[in-house]
Formats: sequence, structure tokens, C-alpha cells
Amino acid sequence: MTATPILELRGIDKSFGPVQVLHDVAFSVYPGEVTALVGDNGAGKSTLVKCIGGIHPIDAGEYFIEGEPVHVHSPRDAAGYGVEIVYQDLALCDNLDIVQNMFLGRERKSGLVLDEATMEEMAAKTLDGLSVRTVQSIRQLVSSLSGGQRQTVAIAKAVLWNSKIVILDEPTAALGVAQTAQVLELVRRLADNGLAVVLISHNMNDVFAVSDRIAALYLGRMAAQLKTSDITHAQIVELITSGRSGDLGLQNGNGAKA
Amino acid sequence: MSVVTSKSPAAPVTLKSLGRGYFDRIRGGDLGALPAVLGLLVLCTTFSIMRPVFLSSLNFANLLTQGAALTVIAMGLIFVLLLGEIDLSAGYASGVCAAMLAVLLTQHGWPWYAAVLASLVTGAVIGLALGVLVAKLGIPSFVVTLAAFLAFQGVVLLMLKEGTNISIRDSTILAISNNNMTPTLSWAALALGVLGYAATQLWRARRRKQRGLSAEPLTLIALRVGILTAIAGTAVYVLNQERSRNAIIVSLKGVPIIVPIIGVLLVGLTFVLRRTKYGRHIYAVGGNQEAARRAGINVDALRISAFVICSTMAAIGGVIAASRADSVDPNTGGSNVLLYAVGAAVIGGTSLFGGKGRILDAVLGGAVVAVIINGMGLMGYSSGIKYVVTGFVLLLAAGVDALSRRRTAKR
Ligand SMILES: Nc1ncnc2c1ncn2[C@@H]1O[C@H](COP(=O)(O)OP(=O)(O)OP(=O)(O)O)[C@@H](O)[C@H]1O
Ligand SMILES: [Mg+2]
Repeated sequence: MTATPILELRGIDKSFGPVQVLHDVAFSVYPGEVTALVGDNGAGKSTLVKCIGGIHPIDAGEYFIEGEPVHVHSPRDAAGYGVEIVYQDLALCDNLDIVQNMFLGRERKSGLVLDEATMEEMAAKTLDGLSVRTVQSIRQLVSSLSGGQRQTVAIAKAVLWNSKIVILDEPTAALGVAQTAQVLELVRRLADNGLAVVLISHNMNDVFAVSDRIAALYLGRMAAQLKTSDITHAQIVELITSGRSGDLGLQNGNGAKA
Repeated sequence: MSVVTSKSPAAPVTLKSLGRGYFDRIRGGDLGALPAVLGLLVLCTTFSIMRPVFLSSLNFANLLTQGAALTVIAMGLIFVLLLGEIDLSAGYASGVCAAMLAVLLTQHGWPWYAAVLASLVTGAVIGLALGVLVAKLGIPSFVVTLAAFLAFQGVVLLMLKEGTNISIRDSTILAISNNNMTPTLSWAALALGVLGYAATQLWRARRRKQRGLSAEPLTLIALRVGILTAIAGTAVYVLNQERSRNAIIVSLKGVPIIVPIIGVLLVGLTFVLRRTKYGRHIYAVGGNQEAARRAGINVDALRISAFVICSTMAAIGGVIAASRADSVDPNTGGSNVLLYAVGAAVIGGTSLFGGKGRILDAVLGGAVVAVIINGMGLMGYSSGIKYVVTGFVLLLAAGVDALSRRRTAKR
């Protein structure tokens, strides 16, 4: 690998009380690429993402941004390093419109008053930059949007802040075929614009359609992280279900890495 | 259809497209001010046919002061309702604050401004206590404020020494609910209000247009300003008529002072909710608390502040009520004041489920409730019938709220 990863984790351990959820996890994310994070239910994908986002503190391990070691203790720290996360349960306010949601908690003001015009312009520009053309008006309430459009708004909200790394936790889980295609196209476009994108998904077709790299978690251990072009559908399924596939993955039952 | 482009000029907003948008919203279950306005029309027509005196300028002025206290309490309640909480103690909180005012004024001889300030601080402290119990200890607001409802009822009794009433003789306090502006001043206040409204609307539309954003068409702004001028102008004209039965002894004309007070509260609180970051966060917490938390909003502090605002507004309502009654007794803020205030907010269009409501709702709903109380009084119905009718209207409004919410959710 030639490029330096924009985000790199090494030796991450994370326990909830007596239960260790992440064991010695290493994870690298590169700019301009979509990295798919896969694994069975409960493998620890969302936990890993929350550690990256500063929601859960890590017990041990190192966190690098562009090769520099950093400490992330809160969502604000993560945002400061350009990390934005779109959570599995979107976290949008139905009673607010698209612009209001995109700027929630980071509203622009002029003096005491909200600067609606600037926020509207910036939101429009961001959606435009993502070539989003499916919403009628950005002053529409989020409650009136379809699932795919909501996902789009959540993603646009994440890229509004000059973020460098956008992490999407199962963005297509609740969507139909057409809307899934739309969101995947958007995910691809983010990476093509130079962002580092992490995509969590259970759908292998989606993963192979958009990702450049695949990282497979197995019971809280990183089984393998490979280029998508170097691996087959069958191999990745094996990695997800048993943690190994031929000479790929975890080489023995107690999880020591090859 | 794409409007989301920054370079191409914003889509033209026409009266027709706005009208269509409005009907779409109504069909989608967001009725806005419609039920309150329709209700007001129906009630006013019915009462004026059955009791022509309902339309007299004396009764009109009476109606305005009758509805003032509950409208102000409802304005405060809207902050709490927007968060999806409830404050059942707002009525008796206003009673406690009114009793505080009366005791300090009459028994301790405080000047009116100090007594009013003390009464408002009492309200704020009550709100702080309620808010901390709800936000920090996590006790449901229904329970906290129900307990406070009972306790405050007792506090009023204790402050008034077991039920004696304290009369208020301070002329400034009495003026709040009993005096009128001179007819000239009334017209001047109207002009100020209408011009101020028109100017802000035009200014906003112009600024948006300059930046290439979609702006409301001038015809719509003209229409709104026109309607406001017509209604408010008629009201001022009627109120400027002599309404004293014995004009030689005492002249009675002009707009009651309480009206501009309500107007200022309406504009000020609407500004807070609609134009400031704080207001935006209130709506956000009411819409999706978890989303607000993840956006870095301090949800607990916001919740406490809403209770503080609610109880402080209740204190203002208490002062207004004390002024109107010329005294404070154990029933001030009691019996059905709270239900009337909650009813006013809900009838006006504020949702009991949180996230939806405007300060204007308190004024519109307050008008409906005041008309019901006033009209039924003129009809000579017994208190029993009044309670039953008011309860029914509240239930109706809450039903409309629940149904419209279901419609919005189904889409
Ligand atoms: N806050 C928590 N406290 C205790 N245990 C937790 C907590 N969060 C997650 N876990 C546990 O950590 C393990 C990994 O959960 P995680 O949500 O990361 O899985 P996932 O890979 O995202 O699964 P899914 O595909 O179902 O979303 C699970 O066994 C879960 O029970
Ligand atoms: Mg998960």
C-alpha cells in the first residue's frame, strides 16, 4: 500500500463491563476510497464506529489521523478531526425542515438572529455538490421525505462540515431497490470527491458494487482487511461466518492473527 | 423536479403555489390555525345572534381582559408543550405569584415594581425547581407538576392566612387590567404595530430576493398586512367608542392596556422561538430528543429553561389576574385556569405530543376560550354547563391534535 491512511486504528480493545466486544482491532481508511466494514450481527461493527466517533472511549489501542496520533474523547473531538458518522437510526428531527436538520446544533447566526439565508445557501450548495436532485424544496419538513431522501439528508448533513471521513452505519438497511441504488451512488460520489468513506452493510452485492476495500470483523476481531478486487464473494462470506477462508483471516480458534 | 441548485435562480414562489402548499399541508393533517379561526367565527356568530349584547364594545373590551391571564399562561405552557412535557401546576403557580404580589404590596407596602419583580422571581424559582426535578431526576413532568399543583394550592392558602382575600389598591397594578389607552394612543399603537409588521415582512422578502433565494410574493405580504389592518383597525375603532353607561361621571373608551402588553409578549416570544438558536433547539428536542443530544444540544438545560419560562409567564398571568380582580383570593389561578390555558394552547394548534406549536396559538386559542366563557356567561348558563362545555371543547381540540398527528405519521 502506497498511500498513508487518513484514519488508522491499531490494537483497539473495548469492553462493556466484563464483556470484551473488540479485541486488538486494526483498521485503516483511505481517502478517495469506500471501505466496507462487514461482519455478522453483534460482530462489533457499530461499537467500532462509535469508538471512532468518540461516543465510546477505547480501553487500549492507538488512533491516528493522517499518520498523527490523536486522542478522541467526545463526538466533538471526532468532528474536529473531520470525522462524521451517519448512525443506523438517522437522528433527524421530523418537525424541522431539511436546512434546519443539516445545521442542527451548528446553526449560523448573525448577531442574535439565525442566519437563515446563509444556511439555506450552504445547504443548497452541499446538496448540489452531491448532485441530489430528488427533493422538491430544501424547506420541506423531513417528515414528508421518503426513506432514501432522509438518508440523503443525513449524509449531506455529514459532508456539510468539510468532513474528511464519513462513516455510514447500514444506510441502505431499510430501503427499497431504487432508493438503495440512489444512496449507493451517492456513497460512491462522496469517495470520488476525495472523501474517505466507511460503509457498514450486510448486503454483499452492495459491498461489491461500491467498495474499494473490505474489512471483515469476526466476533470482535479483525479477520481480514483486503482490496475488494482481491477477494471473492464466497471468501468474504466465509470470513464473516467463520473468521477465516483458506489462508486468509484468523488462523486459529483463539483468534491470534496470522 | 429540482429546486436545489444554488446558481440557477430560486423557483418562483407564486400565490398559486403557496395556496397549493397550504392545502397540501391541511390535507396532510397540519391544520395550523384553521380550527381556532373557524371556531372563533362560529362561536362569535352564534353568540351575537342569540345575545346581541355580545357584540357591544363594552362586552368586547371585557372579553379581552377576561382572556388575558389565561392567554399569557398558555404562552408559557407552549414552551413546555413543545418539549412534549406538561406543567399542570402553572395555574396555581400563577396563584402563588399573585399572592406574593398582594402580600408584598398590601401588607408590606412595597412599591409596585419591586413587588412585581419579586413575583416574577418567585415564578422563575418555581420553574427552576420543577425543571430540575424533571430533567435531572427524571421524574415524569406529569407527576412532578401534579404534586406541585396540590402543594401550591396549599401554599396559596398559607400565604393568604387560611382563605382571607387581600385586596390590591396600588393604582399601577390596577391599571394593567382595568385602564385603557386614550383613543389617539390606541390608533398610534395600531399604526406602529401594522407598520412594524409590514416593514419586517418586506425587509425579509427583499433580503432573500437579493441573495437569490425564494421569497414570498409582494401580493401575499400585502394581503396579510391588509387583513391584519382591517381586523385590528375595526377592533380599535369599536374600542374607541364610548362604552361607559354613564359617560358624564366616568368616560370609558380606548384599547385596554392589556392588549399592547399581550402584543409585546406575542412578538417577543415568537422572536425567541422562531429566530434564535435557542428556539430552534426547543423544536429539535421536541421533535427528536436523541438527535438533538447527538447534535451537541444540552437537552437537560433546555428542558429546565422551558419550565422556568413557563412558570415566569404564569407569574405574569397571576399579576394580570390579580389586577383584574382587584384582589387575590385562594381561588386565584385555581379551579379551571390551568385547563383553560392548556385548552387555549391546544385549540390554537399546539400539539400535546411535542415539537409543534407557536406563541400565536395561545392568542388564538385564548380568544376561543374567552369567547366561550364570556358568551356562556351572557346566556346565563350555570357553572355546571360551562365546565361541561369547556371540557368537551378541550377534548375536541386534543382529538384533532391526535388525529392530525396520525395523518402526518401515516404519510
Ligand atoms: N452499550 C453496550 N453495552 C453492553 N454491550 C454492548 C453495548 N453496545 C454493544 N454491545 C455488545 O457488543 C456486541 C457488538 O455489538 P455491535 O452493535 O457493535 O454489533 P454490530 O456488528 O453493529 O451488529 P449489527 O450488525 O447487528 O448492527 C454485541 O454483543 C452487543 O451486545
Ligand atoms: Mg450495528
